Amino acid sequence: MNIAGKAVPHESARGHVTGSALYTDDLAARFPGILHAWPVLAPHAHALVTRLDAAPALAEPAVCTVLTAADVPGEGDCGPNRHDEPLFPSEVMFHSQPVAWVLAETLETARCAAECVRVEYEPLPPILSIEQAIAAKSFHVGPVHLNRGDVSVIESSPLQFSGELAIGGQEHFYLETMAAIAWLDESGGIALESSTQHPSEVQEIVARVLGLPRHQVTVECLRMGGAFGGKEVQSNYYAALAALGAWKTRRPVRVRLPRALDMILTGKRHPFLARYSAGFALDGRLQGVRITLYSDGGWSLDLSEPVLWRALFHVDNTYLLPAAELTGYVCRTHKTSQTAFRGFGGPQGMVTIEEILDQAARRLSVPAEVIRERNFYREGDTTHYGQPVKDAGRIAVIWNQLKQSSKFESRRAEIARFNATHEHRKRGIAITPVKFGISFTATFFNQGGALVLIYRDGSVQVNHGGTEMGQGLHTKIGQVAAETLGLPLEAVRIMPTRTDKVPNTSATAASSSADLNGAAVLDACAQLKSRLAHVAAHQFGCGAASVRFENGRVFAAGEETRGLPFREVCDAAYRQRVGLFAQGYYRTPEIEFDYQTGRGRPFYYFAYGAAVSEVETDRFTGEYRLLRTDILQDAGDPLSPTVDRGQVEGGFLQGAGWLTIEELLWDPQGRLATAGASTYKLPSWSEVPEEFHVSFLENAAEPGAIFGGKAVGEPPLMLAISVREAIRDAVSAFGPGGVVTFASPATPERVFFAIRRAASEREAVAADAGAEHR
Amino acid sequence: MTSPGASLQFLLNGNLVSVERTSLQATLLDFLRERALTGAKEGCAEGECGACTVVLVGPDGDCSSAYRAVNSCLMFLPAAAGHEIYTVESLAAGGRLAPAQAAMAAAGGSQCGYCTPGFVMSLFAEQYRRGRSGGCDPHALASNLCRCTGYRPIRDAALSLGPAPEGAFKDRLSRPAPLLEPVSYANGEARFSRPASIRDCVAILSADPGARLLAGGTDLAVESNLRGRRWSHLVSLEGIAELREFAETAGCVRIGSALSLNEIAERWRDAPEAFREWLPLFASPALRNRATLGGNFATASPIGDGAPLFAALDANLQVAGPGGRRSVPLAAFFTSYRRTALEPGQLITGIEIPKPLPQHARFYKVAKRRMDDISTVAAGLALDWNSAGRIVRARFVFGGVAPVPLRVQAAEEAVIGERWNESAVSRVQSILARTLKPISDHRGSSEYRLALAQSLIEKFWWERREVAA
Repeated sequence: MNIAGKAVPHESARGHVTGSALYTDDLAARFPGILHAWPVLAPHAHALVTRLDAAPALAEPAVCTVLTAADVPGEGDCGPNRHDEPLFPSEVMFHSQPVAWVLAETLETARCAAECVRVEYEPLPPILSIEQAIAAKSFHVGPVHLNRGDVSVIESSPLQFSGELAIGGQEHFYLETMAAIAWLDESGGIALESSTQHPSEVQEIVARVLGLPRHQVTVECLRMGGAFGGKEVQSNYYAALAALGAWKTRRPVRVRLPRALDMILTGKRHPFLARYSAGFALDGRLQGVRITLYSDGGWSLDLSEPVLWRALFHVDNTYLLPAAELTGYVCRTHKTSQTAFRGFGGPQGMVTIEEILDQAARRLSVPAEVIRERNFYREGDTTHYGQPVKDAGRIAVIWNQLKQSSKFESRRAEIARFNATHEHRKRGIAITPVKFGISFTATFFNQGGALVLIYRDGSVQVNHGGTEMGQGLHTKIGQVAAETLGLPLEAVRIMPTRTDKVPNTSATAASSSADLNGAAVLDACAQLKSRLAHVAAHQFGCGAASVRFENGRVFAAGEETRGLPFREVCDAAYRQRVGLFAQGYYRTPEIEFDYQTGRGRPFYYFAYGAAVSEVETDRFTGEYRLLRTDILQDAGDPLSPTVDRGQVEGGFLQGAGWLTIEELLWDPQGRLATAGASTYKLPSWSEVPEEFHVSFLENAAEPGAIFGGKAVGEPPLMLAISVREAIRDAVSAFGPGGVVTFASPATPERVFFAIRRAASEREAVAADAGAEHR
Repeated sequence: MTSPGASLQFLLNGNLVSVERTSLQATLLDFLRERALTGAKEGCAEGECGACTVVLVGPDGDCSSAYRAVNSCLMFLPAAAGHEIYTVESLAAGGRLAPAQAAMAAAGGSQCGYCTPGFVMSLFAEQYRRGRSGGCDPHALASNLCRCTGYRPIRDAALSLGPAPEGAFKDRLSRPAPLLEPVSYANGEARFSRPASIRDCVAILSADPGARLLAGGTDLAVESNLRGRRWSHLVSLEGIAELREFAETAGCVRIGSALSLNEIAERWRDAPEAFREWLPLFASPALRNRATLGGNFATASPIGDGAPLFAALDANLQVAGPGGRRSVPLAAFFTSYRRTALEPGQLITGIEIPKPLPQHARFYKVAKRRMDDISTVAAGLALDWNSAGRIVRARFVFGGVAPVPLRVQAAEEAVIGERWNESAVSRVQSILARTLKPISDHRGSSEYRLALAQSLIEKFWWERREVAA
């Protein structure tokens, strides 16, 4: 292979560094007379809207209109599944929920006028935490169950314990906030630019709101400035508002959230509460677990149900659960509607089992890595939902390779020496594994489409159903097309994602977009190649099967140097009336899952990996530094090594942020207290491991995936669990070596008090020992 | 002063542009994007993410200049008057990527690309920094957030860059930065003034009680962008030469109130260790290119990082106003939450630090994120001993524990004449427990803040216990 598997720069790198790569809101200046939108925000987390009077705002100069429920020609709801997200709510369901939107000639005017809209409310009591929701039995979903074996084994196990872990959410903080521009097209339909991972769903929702058939709605996404799941469904609302505004005013409308509004209004990674009990044999083998996961779904259902299921599917991580009783609930609270976020519930499930294993290790006074290893899946094992663990042997292979390359054992000893000589600073190290299931758990989403166009000069346009959000999908697709057609990358242009090129697409999500759309593009390119091969074979006088496409030229069998330029073959094909465009299609085979029985094969394959992290903590402040991280990731045979490495490094740091410094806090009224970059801290330079080694498992081709490359978007995020566990290891060094618990994220404050608890346990132990001596 | 003009000019990517009508709070970023220079992005509108970074040509000594990366979201458009500004669009003139651009692209330094133009501009400015050798310092990019890459490839890009290439961008730096002429601009009721002298400034303030002083704007623009604060008249201090002086004599160090923090660092060559550890913890490089000490004190945030350090150094503020000039001890400058001893018509002109500086001074800052975060608790701690090892001067000043930056004099007095040992530490800690009443908020609980203040005293002792013995 020439191009697939080669390290190439991001397809838009030049546009990125010159500033010429365009994002949705960059286009606003191209629409003369565009209107700007600002919401009227409700000052309650839960309330009835008893009166709404827009007249004072409309009286302001340069205000064009105020959008309210009366303006909706179709159905005023943008909830993707349950239709539970009214565009203009009569009952406010989270703090600052918009009740109307002002459109004006300038953003400043719209913002000021929004304050003039008179709204009266009747406040209602809000539910603002998982605990409150449990007490009030306020659930969107649940209980759902996933069971295996007989968990009464827990009660007969020699080591039994139970506990609770609160896991915080996470703000996506895509650098590009929500944005949409809508205008009327020349035939009276509506056209949109939308920053969305799911243009087809934006199309669906806009059509629903405007009461139009979908062919009247065209959505384009140029690229996104990051999304991470946050724009999988939550872009719909902003696009729908822009479309409604354009429909009503007959003028272009821009909806773009400033950062603070984006944080206040959009959903986040689900906070979770895990309650568990576990039984272990004295050799550290897990006998059984009972785990109940409560996720904070916020006010509407959104994607919370599949997020919960993915959490339940990933509670095993890489470990055999001989007996498991898993229960899940999605809590309904008066908060933003939590949504997809890289990992999609998987991380919360995996953090839970790692917590349980670490506790078992410390109770048994065995290193945590020993307990982890002892519980690994082996070849032939099946998961707790009955799926064979394909390539289970890789777990131990990766583990052993990484332990060796990271010098894990000798560093453990070095750390012990460091800790013995440092009273106020302690280091910790941890190795944690990852197994992540690849496929949408909603089986029907697992399809991809493409439309490939070849022009007579041999240049190629590729359209496919996936969107580019920085993950390098377009780069990979370009490699697939160029590889298949034997062209240099420059000959292939990846077009912006449009609903009028490929219909009924799936969201670009679940780490699957290269698998699905890449295979569809491959399908289309292979058809075209075959047609062109026949044309060339006719000219060469050889069989079509032996025609070779390489470096922009087409060769007869056995021919090394002569050959026709690709463009000449294309031109000849045109003249022979051979079609130079093709649609491609792919659906993932062999997957199915029965939610009634909790049995099936929801995932096409698993992506594996492991990470070792070492930290140093400071007793005086609770602060910590990430000294070194080593990662070994199974990305199959990486399709695009630069892109794939970027996904691993970026995913890891994003996960580290989630588990350490990224803390979402709400005030007692339900208002988000961390609604900006100055109060919500994502990782910066100071969080990058001082030493950072990333490598890929070799000779790991995945036969079912495109060119043998595995999905790599989400799995690396969970490698960051090694950071949380390393912090725990360091905290433990301040104490007598017992169980160490703290909620997630492990903020310096939580670490500070965990160290205090550990240190006071050590003093108590020392005092007891002293007393015995006397 | 002359009657207000109706337009403002500045140099943008080498071309003179004229702004006829602008509101005071429009930002340079807004202006750029309306003119389809959309390389600079708005990621946060509060100077935290750096996606809007552009460079200004600023003075570097008397006759040469430097590229200063700044957040265009925090620069009110009128304040751009007279400046020379370059955006990412100017770098690849003629279609050839600048080295900073080529390095970022080659290293895989962009994924979604939204933050990339900002990184490129910070890297560009760093590559042209005078006296730099070897690869570029990745810390120069600490103003820029990336949510995709994990920074490793960006670090590699920075480290791979050699000397700045010959050419127009390099030649430009051998000439002085633009002289910032006085400005008097009006658009309807809105006014923007940039006086040339303290006297003119005081006169403007006296004539218009609604006038608001503008230094680096790194706080004021956040008030405008995020909280919608509006003013009828902004008075920029950028054109007053006297406020930009730095002088060190045998008796004191005098820092002009309108020098940027980075300019202070460049000029204060033998600054104490505490200042050196304070500087990188104070905001980020791009903010330090605009933020001033005068602004940091005048804005009077209880979690501003300037006060704990400079109060521990016994700094005095020099203040000018209609009634003449006076000096105020920094520790007494903060009267209540966000209130200061400044009276109407007054401005801070300088900060004076008496010599000798303390024998031992440290600055500590604890935050959720180690760099570019706002303090949960900050501490400026200083001690002097006599030849017998007894403490003769102590300064314990904290941010984040009270509505104002707080000097805890009772704790200071309790250690005078003592040795600096564990019992002195615990005496200070118990006084802190009695005197500090910190609040709980999203940066930390009251309990944590108090514990931190106490713990930092212990850390201060621990890290210096050999000397104290």
